[in-house]
Parts: sequence; structure tokens; C-alpha cells
Amino acid sequence: MIPLASILFEVVRNGATALSVQFLTGTPALVTLPTGNAALAGGIAVSIEGTLVLMGLTAVIAVPIGLLAGVYLAEFGDNRFGRSIRFLNDVLSEFPSIVIGILVYSILVVGLRVGFSAFAGGVALSIIMLPIVTRTTEESIKLVPRSVRDAAMALGIRKWRATISVVLSTARSGVVTGALLSVARISGESAPLLLTIGTSSYFLSGLNQQVDALPVRIFLLSSENYVSGAQQQGWGAALILIVLVLCLNLAVRIATRGKYGAVRSRI
Amino acid sequence: MTLGIQVDKELKAENTKPILISRPVEPLKIQTDKLNAWFGNNHVLRDVSLRIKENHVTAIIGPSGCGKSTLIRCMNRMHELVPQAKVSGAVLLDDANVYAKGVDPVSVRRKIGMVFQKPNPFPTMSVYDNVAAGLKLNGERDHARLDRAVKRSLDLAFLWEEVKHELDKSGSSLSGGQQQRLCIARALAVEPEVLLMDEPCSALDPIATAKIEELITNLKDQYTVVIVTHNMQQAARVSDYTAFLYLGQLIEYGDTTNLFENPKEELTERYLTGKFG
Repeated sequence: MIPLASILFEVVRNGATALSVQFLTGTPALVTLPTGNAALAGGIAVSIEGTLVLMGLTAVIAVPIGLLAGVYLAEFGDNRFGRSIRFLNDVLSEFPSIVIGILVYSILVVGLRVGFSAFAGGVALSIIMLPIVTRTTEESIKLVPRSVRDAAMALGIRKWRATISVVLSTARSGVVTGALLSVARISGESAPLLLTIGTSSYFLSGLNQQVDALPVRIFLLSSENYVSGAQQQGWGAALILIVLVLCLNLAVRIATRGKYGAVRSRI
Repeated sequence: MTLGIQVDKELKAENTKPILISRPVEPLKIQTDKLNAWFGNNHVLRDVSLRIKENHVTAIIGPSGCGKSTLIRCMNRMHELVPQAKVSGAVLLDDANVYAKGVDPVSVRRKIGMVFQKPNPFPTMSVYDNVAAGLKLNGERDHARLDRAVKRSLDLAFLWEEVKHELDKSGSSLSGGQQQRLCIARALAVEPEVLLMDEPCSALDPIATAKIEELITNLKDQYTVVIVTHNMQQAARVSDYTAFLYLGQLIEYGDTTNLFENPKEELTERYLTGKFG
């Protein structure tokens, strides 16, 4: 509680002064001060856009695969193949994210000549997100009581249909929570992006183009010692990133409240 | 006079076709033949041969763990969904073996519905969707037909009047007794021929139980009902025929009044008089 409060306090105190309409909507610009020194003006809209694009792209790649894998593991994974997939999934979720960055860099960026791009970043983040989605999907499906499956089977519903329409629908709040929280988790990743997305000062024109992201921008701004205003913009960017993650957590709350208040506690 | 002639004709027709005469007055709906069931190495049903009559209520009684639930779960092939479960023998539904090669268990379960011990409505579905689930998930899209089936099933389950203004509410927001009647309606909506009930009142209070017993009696005009119960009074109240099961074996089977008043087997008598159980 105390660390959380002090971090929040520090970020808000330093970041709030950077906030302005231009900061949120502008592209980065260097100006020369009358003293002859360089100063940073403009905003971080490009980085915000990049982070949102990367989050969306990652979710599009990882959620469907993770969902299918989770359903498979929960419903049909009680065999040797299932157990080995589960083990590999656990190993993958413990992987250092910078290693995943190196992997995607060497295979995709350099090896397949995709180059620094939003796509390569999305792939790297997907590898981090996939095991989280798989695990939470499997766990929430396993929480669906046997009696609910029995009821569906006794109605003469086919197993795959019962799995999708009854079991998955009963487990949906857990599945949605897992997916949204894993998006929040990857939105703050910087290590795998350093080696995959490059940097950009312009709004995105294609997924094969270099892109900027808030965590990477924070890193670059805060390690910049010679351009005045950079550190302040770094704090501002950190504040925006925190607000973004907070919004995602709120979205989880709203999404899992569901149509029927009592449902959540029952599952 | 015309009536007399018609009867005459019928009699003649029957005389020329002896098969018609030899048909029993009350046709059999389900017959089990030397039914054996296992959980792993645990032999829970031993050579059970039972004939269940159409449009009657048959109760299966016996002490806990005697295989009552397993017996009815073998009838609609729910038993085999448990890992390590095994079955041998035959279950005939209208003279066709449901365990014959090539028979799809899903189609068996559509003809033989089931209600479970604990009410188990689908928690994320509304009352309406719970009842419509069996039809919807088997591809029925016609709203008018779904509406009719939902009303009809809820009517049969004595629930329509209580929930007709709350069809959008969550199924799990109903009371325990209502939930169980909702589960009965859900099973009836797919229009099965037989309804199996596995101790449907064991989690309910006496008033809710009375309501369900009343509706069971009502159901036998249209359905064949098999009810498992550990409550002997309930068996006596609702059933026409009673089977007594002990340690996986069928000890005695017959007309409910007869079985309760003059049991032929000593074991049955001792169970009915509460000497064990």
C-alpha cells in the first residue's frame, strides 16, 4: 500500500505539470532555446497511438489462440499431450521478456527481414500474453461445476456445443477478466519492444512500419539528460500509461459485473 | 347401434391378427436386461433386469449406495461420461437397445430426459433461456416455436404462473423449489419420451416437495417417469410400480401397493420397516 501510494504520488506530482492538450495530441518536436540549448516540445500522441495499436494487435493474435488452447486443456487435456502443453505453457509464462524480444528480433526482424515494425512488436507481446490467457481460460473453465455439464449433456446437446454455449458462457466472466488483465499486463512491457518496434515520430501508416510505444518512450525520455523538458515529458508519459492500465482494470470490473449480479459469486 | 357394429369389427380384426391380442395392455417403455455397471473395479450394478411400463411412474428405492442413481444413469447413457465407468448388458427403449453399435448417445439422451438431485439451472442464463436451451442448442431458431415450447414446459412444471413476468431474470435467482421445477421444465422442453428423476426432492423443503410430487403424478399422462428416491413415503405416494435395489441387485419389483403391503422378500420387508437402511 505504501509503495503503491508513494509511486502514484510521485508520478502524479511530476507528471501533472507535463499535461496539456498539446502533450496528448502533438507529435514530438525539438526547439532551440534562446540560450542555444535544445528543448523538447510537442507531445506523445504517437506513443499513445502506438501502445493502443500494439495492445489491439496483441489481443487479436493471442486471445483466440489462448482461448482455444485453454478450452482444449480444460475439456480434453487430461492426457500426455495435454500435460506437456500445460508444462510448456507454464515455462513460457516464466520466460524473461527480453529473451522473447531477442527471439523475435533474430527470427522475425532480422531473419525474415520484417524489420522493426508494429507487427514484430505485436508478435513479441503475444508470446508473453498467450500463456496468461491460456492459463486463466483453463482455470475458469475448470471452475464450472460438473452439475452444469451434466445438465447440458442430459439435454442431448453435443459436447462441443455444450462446451461453447454452456460451459464457456458460464465461465465467461473469468475468461474476460483474464484476457483484459493480460492486455493490461503487456501494455507496460518495454523489454521485448526495445528490439522489435524501433521508434517513430509519426502516426502509424501500416503495421509493417516502425512504431512508438509508451514504455519505450518513457525509457528514452528519462535517460535523456541533455535536452531540457525530456524528463518532465517522461513523467507525463508514465502518468498516461498508469491511467491507461487503470482504465483497463476498471473495464474488467464493468465487464464482469454481468447481467445478473449474483452470477459472479456462484461461479 | 352403430357403436355395436364398430366394436364387432374391431373384435374381428383382432381375431384375424393374433399379434394385436397378445400385445400387453400396458406396453413396456424401458427394459433393462442383465445390466451390469462398474466404476473402475467397483461393481455397482449386478444383473439388473427391470421392465418399466409406459405412462406410469416407477420408483426405485433402496439404501444409499445401492446403485439406484447408477441404474437410471445407465438408461440414458449418462453413466459412461464418468471416467473409468463401464456397462454391460442391454437397455431397451421401445425394443431398441440404446447400447447397440452405432447408436448415438446424444440421440438417446434427447429421448430420455433427466432431472438431477441438486437443482442445476444454467447460472448465466435467464429463466427463458434455461428452458429453451435444449432446443436452441440443437438448432431451433423459430421464436414462435420456442415461445410455445417454453410456455408449455413451464406449465407442465407448474411454474408458468410464478415466473411468467420474470422470464428475463436469472435462472439461479429463483428459490430452490422453483429452480428444481425450472430444471424439470428444461428437461421437458426437448419433448423426451421418458423422464428420469434422480432424488429430485432431496434438497427441497416439504412444500416444494409436495408441489413436485403433484406435478409428477400429472406428467404420467404424457410421459413415462422413473424416480429414484430414498424416501419410502414419497415412493408410496407418487409411484405405480416400485423396484427395491440392494447392493446393486434388484431384490423385488412390483405394484407399489402390493410391494409396500405384502413384500415377498424378507429383505424388502426389513428395509420397508426400517430395520436397516
